[in-house]
Amino acid sequence: MAEIGIKNVRKSYGQTQILHGVDLNFKSGEFVVILGPSGCGKSTLLRMIAGLEEISAGEISIDNKVVNDLEPRDRGCSMVFQNYALYPHMNVAANIGYALKVAGVPRAERDRRILETAKIVGLEELLNRKPAQLSGGQRQRVAMGRAIIREPKVFLFDEPLSNLDAKLRVQMRVEIRRLHKRLSATSVFVTHDQVEAMTLADKLIVMNKGHVEQVGTPLEIYHRPRTRFVGSFIGSPAMNFFETTIAPGGDRVLLDGIAQAIDPLLGSKNAGVKVAVGIRPEHCRLVPAGTVNSVPANVDFVEELGSGRIVHVEIDGLGFAVSVEEDQFFEQGAMAGLQLPAEHIHLFSQETGLRLDDAPVALRQSAPKTVAA
Amino acid sequence: MNKRTVFKSWWLPVLFALPQLLLIVFFFYWPAISVFNWAFSLEPAFGGAGERLFVGFDNFREVFADGEYWRSVSLSLFFAFTATGLSMLIAFVLAICVDRQLKGSGIFRFFYIWPYAIAAPAVGLAFRFIFAPESGLIAVVNTWSPDLWNPAKFGSHAMILVIICFAWKWIGYNFIFMTAGLQSIPRSLLEASSMDGSGPVRRALDIQLPLLAPTLFFLLVLNLTESFVGPDTYGIVDLTTEGGPNKATDMMVYRIVSEAFRGLNYSGAAAQSLVLIGLIMVFTFIQFRFVERRVHYK
Repeated sequence: MAEIGIKNVRKSYGQTQILHGVDLNFKSGEFVVILGPSGCGKSTLLRMIAGLEEISAGEISIDNKVVNDLEPRDRGCSMVFQNYALYPHMNVAANIGYALKVAGVPRAERDRRILETAKIVGLEELLNRKPAQLSGGQRQRVAMGRAIIREPKVFLFDEPLSNLDAKLRVQMRVEIRRLHKRLSATSVFVTHDQVEAMTLADKLIVMNKGHVEQVGTPLEIYHRPRTRFVGSFIGSPAMNFFETTIAPGGDRVLLDGIAQAIDPLLGSKNAGVKVAVGIRPEHCRLVPAGTVNSVPANVDFVEELGSGRIVHVEIDGLGFAVSVEEDQFFEQGAMAGLQLPAEHIHLFSQETGLRLDDAPVALRQSAPKTVAA
Repeated sequence: MNKRTVFKSWWLPVLFALPQLLLIVFFFYWPAISVFNWAFSLEPAFGGAGERLFVGFDNFREVFADGEYWRSVSLSLFFAFTATGLSMLIAFVLAICVDRQLKGSGIFRFFYIWPYAIAAPAVGLAFRFIFAPESGLIAVVNTWSPDLWNPAKFGSHAMILVIICFAWKWIGYNFIFMTAGLQSIPRSLLEASSMDGSGPVRRALDIQLPLLAPTLFFLLVLNLTESFVGPDTYGIVDLTTEGGPNKATDMMVYRIVSEAFRGLNYSGAAAQSLVLIGLIMVFTFIQFRFVERRVHYK
């Protein structure tokens, strides 16, 4: 159990800057997920916490102790690697117990703890196998066992599930969450998979291009994405966007010439601002053509999911994806009506990409420019 | 359809193969057969019938009865194991340092490879000057205390000198293979190990050494064979100590050559050659049978 503090941390390789000043605080026992597209610097940040990458500038502290100059072994972290990094010449027991062996724990004590750990991760039958004789899921468990046997203050996961097949991934996800509950060490989990991120996180951090875009609970991030990037990155299928200007009255935007109501309180402060309007496929409504307050839309094609379907419609050259219920059917090529409920509309400034909302400007983290009122 | 190019003429392929065939016949098969021939026969000291007498195993009996021969065998074994061990140990340490990307490792990688390109006699000559007790770079130690270093006088010093020469030349070769082997070990294994609490030395012993085992085995076979019978050993001994002092560095290879071409005892030398070949076969067999089994992991 330990708090982690990250203060204005930067990373650069020569002239190229990978991380541009990251400030984060993780509470003790929290499950933190860092989410971002590949190349956003999330793994680099994790490796800097672990001590595997040097910190170019700034400060990382674990348990209120600055660890910048500490070796990995002195930081009290364990890490699960993407490719598991099991020692191929050691059997499962030796892999799991290696940390204890290095620490000089006596043999009897070591064997007892190896067995205990193997039970937690469900490997007690396989202790004598070599990693090459294990399946992907079993290797994953060995990697987890190796991490938990040291009873670390901090767990670091570097995309540990990305090499598993879809079914196993869901299963391991549940197990990781269960394990966290049981051990309650601070966990930092890096992933590019938003479903993993949403399901695992107490605190979710979305990164892009070496910046932190948003920090919050999964629900906060889903419902109130701070930037257009976060809105488009979280959610599947991705959020629909169209660009327009808030009408002078401040109570509506136009889509294909038809007024769409927006939150008047927010709109009146931002009348005339150029915005990107975002709405999630699951919040759009598709109604029979000609319904009042709907925008005529041409059904482009339909993706079947079984539990529902995703209908792709087209309005004046703009594509929208709409998730509809199991009992709603739409024919390809037919006309339908699209409705955008005002309470689900997200507005982002076209200029800054930041969310327009009623929060005071000062609270919008490190806004590069004040959004025009 | 099987499209194969077929050459009708038989002489063209033979012509292409001829240079290599001639080389093998003249420098391998012919000498090998001659060695067998000599080993089991004896030329009458003052000539005679004009042909050699078949003497069966007499030559071997004579060789085995000679205490000096057995001394040479044990010297060779000692030399082979020490020189191999020293050169592989140093090469391993250097390779680990270069693999850790310590400062200047790029330049050192370049320089470490050089010694292998130098012919053994040249190495021997250079070291003979460097380690000359009266005038070499080492001579300063003799001003501290007389005869602290004198390979011309003390057999142990001579042996050390020969071992250093051989190790120095082979470190570069071993280094190349070890560096390549180390680079094929996934970096994440070392990172995992350091997360598990190990320092650089521990990592080298627990992770890098076992994973390098196939490479090390290959180098072990090569180094042992080369130091036991190789031309490098002959060249170095010939130019530094000439088997002395008092035959303290009279390795088997050196003994065979000097006995044959200086002592003109072809028959005895041929018998020793056969024994040496037999020893190498036993050696290699043991290595593959018992050592190689333990170095492959799956």
